[in-house]
Order: sequence, then C-alpha cells, then structure tokens
Amino acid sequence: MKLAYWMYAGPAHIGTLRIASSFKNVHAIMHAPLGDDYFNVMRSMLERERDFTPVTASVVDRNVLARGSQEKVVNNIVRKDGEENPDLIVLTPTCTSSILQEDLANFVDRAQMDAKGDVLLADVNHYRYNEFQAADRTLHQIVKFYLEKAQKKNQLSTEKTENPSVNIIGISTLGFHNQHDCRELKQLMKDLGIEVNEVIPDGASVHNLKNLPKAWFNLVPYRELGLATAQYLQESFNLPYVDITPMGVVETARCIRKIQQIINEQGANVNYEEYINEQTLYVSQAAWFSRSIDCQNLTGKKAVVFGDNTHAAALTKILAREMGIHVVLAGTYCKYDAEWFKEQVSEYCDEVLISDDNGAIGDAIARIEPSAIFGTQMERHVGKRLDIPCGVIAAPIHIQNFPIGYKPFCGYEGTNQIADLIYNSFTLGMEDHLLEIFGGHDTKEVITKGISADSDLNWNKEAQTELNKVPGFVRGKVKRNTEKFARERGFSEITLEVMYAAKEAVGA
Amino acid sequence: MTALQEPTSLQFDCESGNYHTFCPISCVAWLYQKIEDSFFLVIGTKTCGYFLQNAMGVMIFAEPRYAMAELEEGDISAQLKDYEELKRLCLQIKRDRNPSVIVWIGTCTTEIIKMDLEGLAPQLESEIGIPIVTARANGLDYAFTQGEDTVLAAMAHKCPKNVKVESEKEERNAIHKLLNFGRKKEDIKQEESEYKEHPPLVLFGSLPDPVVTNLTLELKKQGIKIDGWLPAKRYTELPVIDEGYYVSGVNPFLSRTATTLMRRRKCKLIGAPFPIGPDGTRAWIEKICSVFNIEPQGLEEREAKIWESLEDYIKLIRGKSVFFMGDNLLEISLARFLIRCGMTCPEIGIPYMDKRYQKAELDFLEKTCKEMGVPVPKIVEKPDNYNQIQRIYELKPDLVITGMAHANPLEARGINTKWSVEFTFAQIHGFTNARDILELATRPLRRNNNLKELGWEKLVKEEAKI
Repeated sequence: MKLAYWMYAGPAHIGTLRIASSFKNVHAIMHAPLGDDYFNVMRSMLERERDFTPVTASVVDRNVLARGSQEKVVNNIVRKDGEENPDLIVLTPTCTSSILQEDLANFVDRAQMDAKGDVLLADVNHYRYNEFQAADRTLHQIVKFYLEKAQKKNQLSTEKTENPSVNIIGISTLGFHNQHDCRELKQLMKDLGIEVNEVIPDGASVHNLKNLPKAWFNLVPYRELGLATAQYLQESFNLPYVDITPMGVVETARCIRKIQQIINEQGANVNYEEYINEQTLYVSQAAWFSRSIDCQNLTGKKAVVFGDNTHAAALTKILAREMGIHVVLAGTYCKYDAEWFKEQVSEYCDEVLISDDNGAIGDAIARIEPSAIFGTQMERHVGKRLDIPCGVIAAPIHIQNFPIGYKPFCGYEGTNQIADLIYNSFTLGMEDHLLEIFGGHDTKEVITKGISADSDLNWNKEAQTELNKVPGFVRGKVKRNTEKFARERGFSEITLEVMYAAKEAVGA
Repeated sequence: MTALQEPTSLQFDCESGNYHTFCPISCVAWLYQKIEDSFFLVIGTKTCGYFLQNAMGVMIFAEPRYAMAELEEGDISAQLKDYEELKRLCLQIKRDRNPSVIVWIGTCTTEIIKMDLEGLAPQLESEIGIPIVTARANGLDYAFTQGEDTVLAAMAHKCPKNVKVESEKEERNAIHKLLNFGRKKEDIKQEESEYKEHPPLVLFGSLPDPVVTNLTLELKKQGIKIDGWLPAKRYTELPVIDEGYYVSGVNPFLSRTATTLMRRRKCKLIGAPFPIGPDGTRAWIEKICSVFNIEPQGLEEREAKIWESLEDYIKLIRGKSVFFMGDNLLEISLARFLIRCGMTCPEIGIPYMDKRYQKAELDFLEKTCKEMGVPVPKIVEKPDNYNQIQRIYELKPDLVITGMAHANPLEARGINTKWSVEFTFAQIHGFTNARDILELATRPLRRNNNLKELGWEKLVKEEAKI
C-alpha cells in the first residue's frame, strides 16, 4: 500500500479509452463498477466535446460479483453493436475486472459471433501499466489487428505512394495541445513537400489502417505514445520512423534533417537546409527573440522543469541551449522510461529527478527556489504557494490547458508559442529591474512560506524595513536565504549587517 | 413511450442501470470539509484516486485531509499483510495530521478481495489510539451521494450514548477549545426558555454550516430545539443519541443512516418531505411540529412571501418541461419543487428509490401534481442513459438535468441542460435557499435567452440515421 495524494499518470484503462475514443466510430465498453465512467466527464468537459463520448460501462455490481458477468458483457457488446454500428468495439478491463479474473477473452469471442463490427479485448494489465503505457499498447494492438486482418484478406497494399508521404502517429484525445500540434505538423509536412498518408489515432477510421504501409516513413512526435506502433511497422513492413520531437528550434531542425535522410535513402532527392535556415532565421521568431536584448535578462536565471518525457526533455533543451537559462533540475514522472530521459537531458541540467511523488518535486522546488517553474498543474500550484511563476508544459492539465486559440508546441509556430510561454513566466525583465531600483510597489507584509523552512529568527526593525523594500516576488527568497545564512552562523537576531553579509555570501 | 392514459398515481419503472453517476467515494470531498478534525483514507486503486483528483478539481491542491491508500499488486495477491500496511499508513497520518478520527472508505477492490476492514478497524483503533470509522462506499453497491449515507450510518454507531459522556467529551475537546479560544462562537445561543417541551431531536445529513444555522433558526421559531446534528462540525462533537430520541433526515439519500438510527440506536424517525424549496421546508417543519404536538406559527405567510420573491425566476420556467436523467437521489424533491413552480416533468430518473424512507416526499409529489393539475412523472429507477437520450430526443424537454458526461453533447444538439452535480454542492435547503435552486435551474434558460438571436442552436451536423 502506498499513501498517495496525487498522481501524475492515470490508470491503465484511461490510456485505452483515450485511444479508442480518438478513432472515429470505435466504441469502448468498460467492464467496471458504477462511477468508473468519469472518462466521459473528462472528455466532455476538458475537450468540450460536442459528441457523446463513445464509452459505456458494462456495470459490475453485486450480482456480477456473486454470479459472474455471464451474458451481461456479451449482451452489452452486441447491444452497442446494434445501436451505434461501430467498426470496432474495444472491451476495456479495469482494476476491478483485473482481480475478478473473468475470462473476458471468451466474452469477446462469443460477442464477435453476433456482432457485425469487430470486437477486441484491450491487452492491458491494470497493475503493471499506467495510462501512457496502456495507450501505447492499445494503439499498437489495434493497428496490428487491422493490418493482420488486411493481410489475411489480401487487401494490404504495401506499394509506396508516388510522392514521399508520412504517417503521423500518436495524436490523441486528451493529449496536451495535441490538436494544435497535429495541425502544425501537417503544415510542416506540406512545407516539406511530404504528403500526410494517415494520422492515427485521432479522427482516423480503422478501415484506413491498412493504408499505413503505403507511407515512406512514420513520424512519432511524442515519446509516450506511438513508439510501439512505429516499431511494429518497422519490423513488419520495413517502414522507418523518426522519433525526434520537433519541439524547439534545434530539435525541429534535427527532426527535419532526419526526415530528409530517410526519404533520400528511399529515392527522393530533397535538401531542406535552406528551408530550415529560412524558418529559423526569419519566419519563426524564436531564434531572433533569444538573441534580442530583452532576453539578456533571462541569462543565468534558474528554472526547474518537470513533466512527461517528451515535454520535460524538450523544454529543458530549449531553456538551456536556446535561451541560456540555467536549468537546475529537470525531472519526469515517466519512471518506466527513465533511462531515455536521463540520456536526453543530462548535459543540459544540474540534476535529474525521476519521481511520481508530487511531494518530492514540491520540496525540490522549495529548496532550489528557481525564478520560474515549467511543469504540470501540480507544479503550478506549488509555484503559487511559493510565489514562483509557472508555465504549464505537460499533463496532468485542466480545462485552461485546452485553449481554443491556436497554440501548438511542435514545429516553428510551436517555437514562437514556447518562447512566449517562457518569457511571460519569468517576471518581465525591465519591470524586474525598475522594481529593484525603486524598491518595489509591493507593501505586503512578508508571509512565511509553508513548504520551506520555518522561521524561528528575529528580524530587528531596521532589517525588517530593509526587507520590505525588496520587491515582492523575491522577498520570500531573500528572507529564507538570509535566515538560512543566519542559522548556519548561529545568529539569533537578524540585523542589517547580517542581511548584507548573507547577501554577499549566498547572493540572497 | 406515449402514456395510454393520463396516469394519476406514480408509476415506477426500473431499467438496465447503465447510467452515468459519480462514484460514492466522492463523498469524502464534502465530508472532510464538513468534519474538520477528520481524515478520510480511501483504500482503493489508482482508478479511485484518479477519479477523486479529477472530479474534485482544484480542491485537491488545498492540502486536503484525504488520501488514497493505493493498493498494489502485492496487496491484491495477499503477499502483504493488510493489517501491517494499514497500520503503517495510519501511523503516518497520525504523525502528519493528528486527526480525531480516521474514516476508512472501502472501495470495489476491498470488497472483491474481501479485505475485512470492519474487523481490522477496532484492533488498529486501540493500537494507535485514534477512532476509526469504516464505510463501504463502493460503486458495486451505491451511487454518488449514497456514499455520505454509508459514512453517516457508520458514524451513527459512534455517537455517544447518554449524557454522562458529555463531561468526558468536554475533556477530549479541551485542546480544541484552547485552540479555538477567541474565535467567534458560531453556534446560536440556545436559551432553554424559548423552547417548547418536546423529546430530544437529532437531525442527520451533512450540510454547509450556514445552512445548518439557517434550519436551526427556522425550527427555533417554532420552539423546537435541535439537540444535535449528525455529522457535527467536529468528530469530537458527535451528538448524544439515546433510545427514544427523535431523528429526522434533511436529505433524500440517507436511508441507511435512517435505518441504522431506528434499528441500532432505537430512535423514532420523523418521515417528512425534505426541506428543499419553500414548499418542502414548510412541509418538513409542519411534520416535525405535528409529531411534537406543536401548532406551527406563521409558516403559511413565510412560504407565501418566499414564493412572491421568486416570481422573477418562476416566470422563466412556468409551463416548461424538465427531464431528470438521474444521478444524485435529490431528483424527487427537486422535481416536486419545480412542478410547484409550474413546470411539467415527464420523467424522473433516480439511481435508487427507497419508497419507505422517501414515502412522505413521494406522497407530497403526487399531491403537488394533483394541485398543479399536471400529469405525475414516471419514476425510472436505475435508468439506462442510452434509452433516456432517445426519449429526450422524442420529448424535446425544455430543460434536462444531467451529469457532465451528457451535458455538452446535449447542448450541442440544442437541448438546454443543467449540470446535476451543482445541486449537490450548492446550498439548496430551507426557505432562504430556494432562490439558489432556481438560480441554478434557470441559468441555462437565461443564458440561452441571451444567445437566442444568434441562430446557432444546433452545433452538430445532422447525424446519419441508420
């Protein structure tokens, strides 16, 4: 047993449902007790979905507990098949059905006899996988199912498209800014003269999956979702993939160069260098922005990054490599894929934190006292308590992170959006400077921050007055650092002298 | 779907139970706020935790006094010893938060693996020195608000017995008193002389403190003294409940608590309509008065006055129809109130219908329909959301009260919806709060009135009929 207040990644069935409900005309039936269908609430509220979420529960109640589901699951599948005519029904196990150990595979076989659509059992174990792993597996499972089916029926066309083409794999419902990223990636492909063959799973029809091998290559923009599918397609159809996330100027260029290499190997003759150069220098504003004098104020400022693998790694690199910001700590909650993360970010930050315990990250932030945090909604709340600004860069997210305006993180427009996000998260440079000169406009009393060390020290009147002159957003930090200094040296009272000594010693 | 004849007595139907509602563990979200010295430990899986985290939104960030005891594979396969695991977590909670009670919420998983929480609790309780209350608020047996019912039923067992305990309670409370020193005493000063002679009365049901004050004052006007409230603001202030006490419920979903109080604590239940809406509040007070042989004073005028003040809202909904999809058990009372406001109601979906506990409310609903001259609604227990949506398309009600899973899709199809969960969290009890119910119920109509000139009611493409 584990005492948990909060979690970064959801349970396995959420991942399966995200994949199923991303496809068009695919229905998921959860084998779950009453109330477990709050996925529908999340989708309906966060994504502001206009359509009913194609997820229903085959309710596990006392009767099921006593006698087993018997006909219930089968009937529910067949009923849904008749009502909505889905192409595919995905029977989704939950934590409850995991321990009931009913033979769901058998139910699926029986239902398949009466259902016109296809029926699949999602192959995910609740206690082994989290949301991301389950999503990755389910997508792979569905793709494999339909490709093998097409192969059996001899409907699989492995002939490549005439022009270079790509499958974009991993865009899904409830993914962080996925809709915007998808549009941006399509635009990028268009600019590169590459046809988009299929986008999966979002908005895709399972009937089109048999077209996947026609593409020249696959693009997997996110580390968490789609890699299993891409690897399967490479093994079975010799379809290469690019798994460099085009997030940030440098990484986007790297991704494009990799694409160039892959399609040239297949007989294309393209050179994207000029495009990259043009975009980097003149079209995207991010490179110029980081060179502009305003951005000088960000040099050496301390930041903490935390999120999923894709976004935390990308942001760390952007901050350190493209903007000259000092990333003290970069972390991920994707423990199952920690090695990859460490390898990606090690050279761009002082320390790496792999943890899914929000308390550990909160404490690290309190200890480091960065000028800005880039994290999830949880880090945003830690930031609020510590008076440190936070830009949200990864799930878990809430409704504000599903903007209706165009806000991609990928591609060249993504670099602009990220630059804005980073810049606006740090206190505006000139404002910072002016406040320092004029002693701030903030006359609030200092409050002691909860997460950090408690205050057992006395501030004399002069020191207190001086402290009040420090601008509000750094005052807490100055106070804590001074007290830390005083405690270490054994001062019981903080005077002006102690304060300045502290400033000289630790730069408080 | 068309009724053969205009039905005059209530019809009850029961469907497949394929409907959307919240898991009953959601009760921790409001109960931990109500019972200030409690700590709720939900013993379940990631699924439960993810639900609480998402359903309760921002509340999770305010360092809540609840947490998950997240079961891992070793717990499921009994490689780990439940008792030792729970002891470790509860000691941690004691160290970090020092609550006066730990409430264990059993979930589907603890049911299936048959973890004997009721058996473990007393043993652990004596070992760590903190009372442990066990409630099985799981989705196998219950829906949404019924979670509170299971917790209160468990707490009813913990209420002190006779007045002697009072002094001991005082002592237990001494430290809190010290901590609260100087804080304004919110309870209403109760002067004995103002009250009429009647047997002790304890109310049950968790309500926000302002509503408690409000209802207390309302009864005080009739000379009725409330001897206690289950739950109280603190666990250490649970009311004395003795044999022969009278009890009355303030919410329609508290049937287990009522049963427990009657059978185990030998109380007498005053079955009344619930104090929701001015009509319900008056009926509730009148029923209590009649049990105590008290002549109610000034209630008629008070009700009339409230109705008068509601007129601006009522004229928006008079003659319109409302459809309850059903998810929180407040449906019967809300429908009764809205019918009194002049609405019609073809269907009341409800997760579970206790015809005995809600008898007075059901009778009142029937009477209200007769008086307003509208057909009685069909009450659908364990509804089937898919069928309901087909009926909604057919009936085209002016307002659908539903969960969030269906609200946006229905709105996109030009159907006004009110999100039902808000009724659970808003203050809807008593005379004073009748306005709040209508504020909620009319909000979609008012909003859509504002937008109606724009001509974009239907925002989905016509679905292909197959």
